[in-house]
Amino acid sequence: MTLAIDVHQLTRRFGSFTAVDAIDLDVQQGEVFGFLGANGAGKTTAIKMLIGLLSPSGGTARVAGFDVLTQTEEVRRRIGYMSQRFSLYDDLTVRENITLYGGIYGLTDREIRERSDAMIDKLGLASSAKRLVRTIPLGWKQKLAFSVAMLHRPSVVFLDEPTGGVDPITRRQFWEMIYAAAADGTTVFVTTHYMDEAEYCDRLSIMVDGRIAAQGTPVELKSEFGVASIDDVFVQLARPAAAEAGR
Amino acid sequence: MKLANRVAALRAFVVKETRHILRDRQTLIILLLMPLAQVVLFGFALRTDVNDIRLAIVDAAPDEESLALRARFSGSGRFTTVATLRNPDQLETRFRRGEADVAVVIAPGLASDLAAGVPARVQIITDASNPNTGTTMQAYASTVVAAWQGDLRGARAGVRIKPDIRMQFNPTLESVNLFVPGLIALVLTMVSALMTAISLSREMERGTLEVLLVSPLRPWQIILGKVLPYLFLAFANVLTALLAAWVVFRVPFRGSLVLLLAASTLYTLVGLGIGVLIAARTSSQRTAMIGTMLGTMLPSTLLSGMIFPVASLPAPLQLLSNIVPARWFIVVVRGIMLKGAGVTHLTTELLVLTGMMLFLLVVATRSFRERLA
Amino acid sequence: MRPLLFLLRKEFLQILRDPAMVRILFMIPIVQLVVLSNAATFEVKRSRMHLIDRDRSEMSRGLVDRMTASRRFEVAERSDRVEQGNLGLMRRTVDMVMVIPPHFERDIVRTRGAHVQMFFNAEDGAAAGVTSSYAGVILTRYAGELGARLQPMTALAGARHEAPPGRGQPRVEVRSRNRYNAELDYRHYMVPGILVQLLTIVGTLLTAMNTVREKEAGTLEQLNVTPVSKGVFIAAKLLPMWIIALVVLSIGLLVAKLVFSVPMEGSLLLVYAGAGLYLMAALGIGLWVATITETQQQAMFVNFALLLVYLLMSGLFTPVRSMPEWAQWIARVNPMMHFITLMRAVMLKGAGVMDVARELGVLVVASVLVLSIAVRQYHKGAH
Repeated sequence: MTLAIDVHQLTRRFGSFTAVDAIDLDVQQGEVFGFLGANGAGKTTAIKMLIGLLSPSGGTARVAGFDVLTQTEEVRRRIGYMSQRFSLYDDLTVRENITLYGGIYGLTDREIRERSDAMIDKLGLASSAKRLVRTIPLGWKQKLAFSVAMLHRPSVVFLDEPTGGVDPITRRQFWEMIYAAAADGTTVFVTTHYMDEAEYCDRLSIMVDGRIAAQGTPVELKSEFGVASIDDVFVQLARPAAAEAGR
Repeated sequence: MKLANRVAALRAFVVKETRHILRDRQTLIILLLMPLAQVVLFGFALRTDVNDIRLAIVDAAPDEESLALRARFSGSGRFTTVATLRNPDQLETRFRRGEADVAVVIAPGLASDLAAGVPARVQIITDASNPNTGTTMQAYASTVVAAWQGDLRGARAGVRIKPDIRMQFNPTLESVNLFVPGLIALVLTMVSALMTAISLSREMERGTLEVLLVSPLRPWQIILGKVLPYLFLAFANVLTALLAAWVVFRVPFRGSLVLLLAASTLYTLVGLGIGVLIAARTSSQRTAMIGTMLGTMLPSTLLSGMIFPVASLPAPLQLLSNIVPARWFIVVVRGIMLKGAGVTHLTTELLVLTGMMLFLLVVATRSFRERLA
Repeated sequence: MRPLLFLLRKEFLQILRDPAMVRILFMIPIVQLVVLSNAATFEVKRSRMHLIDRDRSEMSRGLVDRMTASRRFEVAERSDRVEQGNLGLMRRTVDMVMVIPPHFERDIVRTRGAHVQMFFNAEDGAAAGVTSSYAGVILTRYAGELGARLQPMTALAGARHEAPPGRGQPRVEVRSRNRYNAELDYRHYMVPGILVQLLTIVGTLLTAMNTVREKEAGTLEQLNVTPVSKGVFIAAKLLPMWIIALVVLSIGLLVAKLVFSVPMEGSLLLVYAGAGLYLMAALGIGLWVATITETQQQAMFVNFALLLVYLLMSGLFTPVRSMPEWAQWIARVNPMMHFITLMRAVMLKGAGVMDVARELGVLVVASVLVLSIAVRQYHKGAH
């Protein structure tokens, strides 16, 4: 079986600065893969290369079986993406946003209708379907953005810090949605700052200064570093880098 | 809070504003280069003088008199004969295609008619789609025909009243001399009103203004801090425009530079008042931008006398032009630059501007405070 | 093609849902037409004159009468001293000073020639030029009138036995005709040009702002991750603006007809064909601006700088043929100039397709060129 994400020596330089330095990743189909790192460690740059928004300076990356550099359109048809910033249209209604993305991904009218009904129902947004997205609370917006990213049933979905700024209850609900997606066979590639969320992932990779400093299941990582939580793993890895930066 | 602390706080704030301005290179370059580009463009390109008029002649039966008349036209220096036709049928197409500006139709038998004392017919047809140039071209053509006519009758027959025309303050009617003062007003409006409105409404949009408001700074100090860097930018613009005008076009500067800069400061403050007012009254950057465009830029170019004389406006617009600050400021700048006028000659204008400034600053500060309350 | 339909629907929803936007789209044509066409004129209604009449004769009074009767001039001040007149110019209480020298009448009767001094306040440059040409016309006409009046006098005094005047004298009948704008209404000339400026603003500015806004909001990035192709995206951005601009043009044409009675001598279809072509270039420029800017503020400034060059070099306000040669070359590559020429020719002169073939050709080339540059410049991802 092909890997959902297969990255080999992927590198990106901006001038003399190397943001992503020869990273290797392999993510299995249906896995929830956590991608951790301090601010500025190179996570967002890496994701942008995986979804074809940024071309790599070196190395290869295959997503859903296709090369991101040469088969970008094939990749895009099979992935979903939810960025750090909320990026649905503020001045369109909930249903209009869903319809738009359904249309963009080439769903039929019937598929669009059925899936948006189901989605609105599941999110409990029935009473808000005709409201402008601008007017609904942040937590709902985030769940809506995730659902829209899943609308065309992608085989891999990229979530860039999806739970920033939302309350703990919504965060829990959000992770339930992630698990449900993974159970349906979708690979979830998620970056986060919350270490408790990291514990929910099947496997993790921790980035420090553009390199991958550690990779494995949460249990493996904790035992490798001899600590009780992923938080401690992170602090141990990030400290040398932070000290370096502080000097 | 002690005065020294306040001054220090204000200074920190001004430094922050200056950094904002310096960081946005693209906008800064446009702001600094625009006056230069405008002076050059206005100076070279905006001319209204009519010369090199393209003439079509219809001369069905040339004889010595019609040839003499044609020679008059080619000898006048203003006309270039682009077509000599036998019949007037083709004139329409020439006009429609914009290939000819004026046509002179000479009826057949000119020489024999003149000799017989029968009225000879000459028709001047002008493309008057542009009435300004049309009238001028018509006048030039008539003059040529009249001179020819006068010679026919003999010099003693006609009466001539010759006007000795002197164009005071701008003898050659150099258009650049007229546009530079208007340009200074336009640039100042842009820097003061537009930039203030946009940068204030951006801070409101982003919520950064609230952070400033919880600081010990007073609202007027915040406004002053926003405004000071733009004031310097405005000065730089005035000086570059003047320098460019002088170096490239030798535009005269007859009055006092100090007076001009003082008046510019006054005008900039008026613009800032408008900017703050617009920012306080609009909800987003986009509306603030469009509001400023419509509310200041448009009147400053059209209703100020910058390009089109105020006297040419229809009465209601003339009345409206009185509340456009640029209309008064342009009189001041032209007075200082071209006439060497002093404060005594410009009292009305300066008083009006001062009144506007006081009014706007009070209203702006008030609605700014309301908006934030 | 299906994604395109969805994107188009979204664009229209967004534009029409923004009340400020709708108001702007409908108000701008009306405000622009009414204000600009009335304001953008060098025509001078009435000049205030400082009169110094040193002759005080019947003829000098006749001259002043002719000037005031034309309604172009009014006597605002009188004095005997030029200094007094100059002060008036300095203080802007008068626009011109006319000095009629002593012996004005005597000179005319004896030598058939006289001088009149006129000082204009050229501070208001264009106005001064126009006023002086009005004055010149009145002087010439008055001279003609005097000539006709003096002729019989001379004949009576000098040569009673000669043939009656007129016979044997060469006579010329000069008729002048102003074509295409017989009433010399400046607004008829300005309106077609202003309509073009309007299309340019709507097309270029709004396209740029609308596209950059998606950049600022992050929604553009979201779209770039989808399989929507570059062409479809661009078409979805441009087509609504193209349609809206044509609607704005229609409103403008209606206002032109109803309010200003601007004629439409040529074919309306030709006007729309030209507009459709021109808009492709205008929209392409807007898109290009969006690709080189990151914020709406920057987009507005770049647009503003561009539009300025565009407008000045288009012949909208001042004739292109009055410009120096190099500036005429810039004007020749400006699609706006060609479209203004086309609009004026079709609306005022009734030009047909063949008459404006060159303009149409230039517009085709310009729109293809600009659009392909903008499309090439637009990238779905960063590098």
